[in-house]
Amino acid sequence: MENEVTIRIGGESGEGTISGGDILALAAARWGYHVYTFRTFPAEILGGPCMFQLRISDKPVKSMGDYADVLICLNREAFDRNVGELRHGGVLIYDPSDFTPDSGDFITYPIPFNDIARKEVQLFQTKNMVMMGAISGLFGPPLEAITQVVESKLSKSRKSNPTLMEKNMLALDISKKYVTEQLTKRDAYQLGAVEKADRVVLNGNQAVIAGALMAHCDFFAGYPITPASDIMEGLAKELPQIGGTFMQAEDEIAAMTAVLGASFGGARSMTATSGPGFALMSEAIGYASMAELPAVIIDAQRAGPSTGMPTKMEQSDLSFALYTGHGDTPRIVVAPADVADCYTLMVDAFNMAERYQLPVIFLTDQSLTARVESVDRSVFKPLESIRRTFVLAQNGSNGMVSNGNGHAAGVVEEEHAFARYAYTASGISPTSAPGHGGSSYVSTGLEHDIHGHPDYEPADHTAMMKKRYQKLETAANELPQPQRYGDEDATIGLIGWGSTEGTIQEGVDRARAKGYKVAALHPRVLSPLPDRSMRDFINSVQTVIVPECNYSGQLANLLGAKYGLQAIRVNKYGGIPFTAGDILQAIEEAN
Amino acid sequence: MSQTTLTLAPKDYKSEVKPTWCPGCGDFGVLNAIYNSLSVLKLPPDETVVVSGIGCSSRLPHFVQTFGFHSLHGRALPVAQGMKMARPDLTVLAVGGDGDMFSIGAGHLIHAALRNIDITVVVMDNETYGLTKGQTSPTSPTGHVTKSTPYGLLASQFNPIATALSLNVSFVARGFSSRPKELAALIEQGIQHKGFSFIHVLSPCPTFYNTMDTWKTTVTPMPVEHDTRNRFKAMELSMETAKPFVGLFYRDERTTMDEAAHKMTQQSSAFDINKYMARYK
Repeated sequence: MENEVTIRIGGESGEGTISGGDILALAAARWGYHVYTFRTFPAEILGGPCMFQLRISDKPVKSMGDYADVLICLNREAFDRNVGELRHGGVLIYDPSDFTPDSGDFITYPIPFNDIARKEVQLFQTKNMVMMGAISGLFGPPLEAITQVVESKLSKSRKSNPTLMEKNMLALDISKKYVTEQLTKRDAYQLGAVEKADRVVLNGNQAVIAGALMAHCDFFAGYPITPASDIMEGLAKELPQIGGTFMQAEDEIAAMTAVLGASFGGARSMTATSGPGFALMSEAIGYASMAELPAVIIDAQRAGPSTGMPTKMEQSDLSFALYTGHGDTPRIVVAPADVADCYTLMVDAFNMAERYQLPVIFLTDQSLTARVESVDRSVFKPLESIRRTFVLAQNGSNGMVSNGNGHAAGVVEEEHAFARYAYTASGISPTSAPGHGGSSYVSTGLEHDIHGHPDYEPADHTAMMKKRYQKLETAANELPQPQRYGDEDATIGLIGWGSTEGTIQEGVDRARAKGYKVAALHPRVLSPLPDRSMRDFINSVQTVIVPECNYSGQLANLLGAKYGLQAIRVNKYGGIPFTAGDILQAIEEAN
Repeated sequence: MSQTTLTLAPKDYKSEVKPTWCPGCGDFGVLNAIYNSLSVLKLPPDETVVVSGIGCSSRLPHFVQTFGFHSLHGRALPVAQGMKMARPDLTVLAVGGDGDMFSIGAGHLIHAALRNIDITVVVMDNETYGLTKGQTSPTSPTGHVTKSTPYGLLASQFNPIATALSLNVSFVARGFSSRPKELAALIEQGIQHKGFSFIHVLSPCPTFYNTMDTWKTTVTPMPVEHDTRNRFKAMELSMETAKPFVGLFYRDERTTMDEAAHKMTQQSSAFDINKYMARYK
C-alpha cells in the first residue's frame, strides 16, 4: 500500500485550522515522513474562509497534490468551497452539529468535534486537537508524535496556564478513542511506520531568513506588507544577534533608499516587499544599477494588479522585476523553486550583488513564503559569502594620505580622484567604502565619468552603458547553468520558473510513466538568462510548454523576444498554484 | 595660521569639481560654511559622507572632498539614516533644498525626527524650484506668481522651523547664506549634537526668485535671552515669519536610534547555521 495521504482542512480563519495543520505537518515529519503544505488565508485578520492542505508521503513530496484524499470541513461553507477538490472515493470528515453534507462519491466520518471539545474536554479551543486525535486514530500518525509537537509549542505557557497542556492532551486522547471505538474504518489510507531521518520542517520565509543570516546580512530596512512581513519580523529579531542592524522604514521608498545608504557604507543590505511596495522601490532600484551599489530586494509576489489579492499566489511580477526602473538598468533577477532554494539562493543573491555591484531581485511568491516542507538538514550547511573588496586611499589615489590609524590626515599636492567606475574587462570596477582610509568618491544617479563626476558626453555615456551591461555578460558566464530534468530524447520540453518546479517535475514524471518523452528546464537566474542552456534545451525538443501562474505569459514573452520561441502557454491565474495534474494535462494536450 | 599637510584647512575639503551654481547663488555661502565647519572639527574626509537628493543645492556633495552620495529627489534623509544605522562610526550630513525636504521628501522628515538618528541636515531654502526653472515651492509665499502658478499661489506657506519644532527634532536652527560665519558655527554645533540636527538655511536664488535684498533687511538675530531648552518659546519665535530669526531655536540631547540599535548588537556573535537551525526539527 502507498504510504501517502493528502489531508485538507477547510474552516474559518481564527478557529485553529492552520495551527492544527502545522502541528500535524511537524508531527508527520518527526515521525519520518516527507511533508509539503499549501494554505490559503483570507485577507481579514479574523474570520473569512481559510484552507490548509498537507501532503504526507514516505517519498520526497514535490507538490501539494492534485486532490485531497481526506477533507475535513468545519462548516458548510468550507464543504461547498472544498468538496470539488476531494478525490473520488476520498474521505469527508465533519461534525454533524455544524452541517449535513450533500451526498457524493466519498466516504463520510461524522465526528462530534464540538461536543468533545466543549463537553468532554471542557475547553472549546481544543477543537483542533480533537481533529488531530481523530486523524491519528484514522490514518496512523502516532499520538506520541503529535503530543511531542504540542508539548514544545505550549512549553512557554506551561507555567502560566498548566491546565492548557493537560486539556490539549485530553482532547487528543478522547478523540482518538472515539474514532477507534465508534467508527468503522472504510477507507484505505493508512500510514505505516517509516525510517526516521534528520529533516528540518520550515516554510519559505523562514528559509529566506536563515539564508540572509548565513549571507551575513548587515542591514535590513523594510515596510510591512503581506506576504513579506515575516521576513522583516524575523530579521528584526535575529540581526542584532549577529551584529546587524534593522530599521522599519516609513514606506518602501525610504526602505529601499536606506538600503542604498547602508550599502554605500559597505554593509550587505537588503529589503523585502511585495508587488505594491516593489513598485515604490523602482526608482531606487534604478539608482542601485546606475551607481553600482549592491542590494538584495525580495519581492514576495502576490496576485495583482494593484492591491490585488494580498494572500493569494501569483507569478506576475517577472516582467516588472526584469524591467523595473526607467532607462536601461542592468540587474540580476533570481527565483527560488522551493524551500531549500530559499536558503541557498538567498546566499547566492547576496554574493551576486556584492560581486557584480548591482541590485539583485529575489522573486519568491505567496505560496512559497507559506509553504512548509521537510528538507534534509544537510541543505542548511555553512555557505561562503563574498564581500566587495574596498580600495584604500593611497598617495595619489584620492589625494588623501593616511596617518597610520586608518584616518586620512592630510592632503597631498597632486590630486587624482579615485577611479571608482574604471573600465575593466569584466565591467566590475574597484569600489570603496567610507572609513578605514577608504578612497573617497561621490555616488550619483547622474551619468558620470570613471571618477563618478557628472558627465553627459556621448562617448562617456556610451562607454558607461556598455560597462554596466558588461557585468551581466560576466555574470552569465560565471553563474551555474540550470540542469535538465527528464528524458534526454524528449520531444516535449517544459520551461518554468520560481515556485512551480516541483509541480512541473511531478507532472513530467507522471507523463513519462505514461510513455511520453518529456523534459523540463527551470532556470534560477532569469536575468541574465543562461542563454546557452536555454537555446540547447529549446533546440533539443519539438514542442515547448511554458506553464506560469500569470495571465500574460511573462516568461513565454521573454523567451519569445530572446529566442524567437513560439511556446505553448499554459497560464493559471486564479490565485492558486498549478497541480501536477494541470501539468500532465498540458503535456497530454501538447502531444 | 599657516597650513601644513597635517592640517585639514577649509580648502582641503574642496573637490576638483567646480560648482555649477549661478553667480550670486546663496548655496556658495553654504558650501563655504560647510568647508569651514568640517575644517574646524577636523573631520577625516574618509569618515565623512555628504548625502543629498536632487536639486541645485543637492549638487553640493560633488564639490566636497569627502565621500558623497548624490541620491534621488527627496530621498537624502532615508539614505543618510540607513547609512548611519549601518555605519554609526561615520559623520553623516544630509543637504538639499526646500523641494527635496519639504515637498517630495517631506514625509521622511517626520520619521527622521522620531528616530533621532545622529545625522545633520542642512536645508538650503530659496523658496523656489531653481533646477526646473522657477516653479512654486512649499516655502513660496501665498499669491506667489510663477510659471506653474500664473494666477498666484493658492496654497499656504510652509514653516520649516515650526514644523521641526512640532516634530520635537532634537536640534533646530536657522542660518542665512550671507552670514557664513554664523552658519558655519551652527553646522558645527549641529554635527557635534548627538541626534537629528535640522538646520534651515535661507539661501536665495538670484535667477528665479531673488529674496536676497528682502532677507538682508528682515533676518533678525536670535534674542540673546532665548533659552534653547524652551520649546514653547522656540515655537513662538518660529512664528515670526516676517522677521525670520537666525540662530539656535531648540536643542535637546536624548537617545539616538543608531546608538540604541548598536547597543543591542553588543552581545552579538558570529552566525552559526547549525546552531540556528536547531530550532527547526
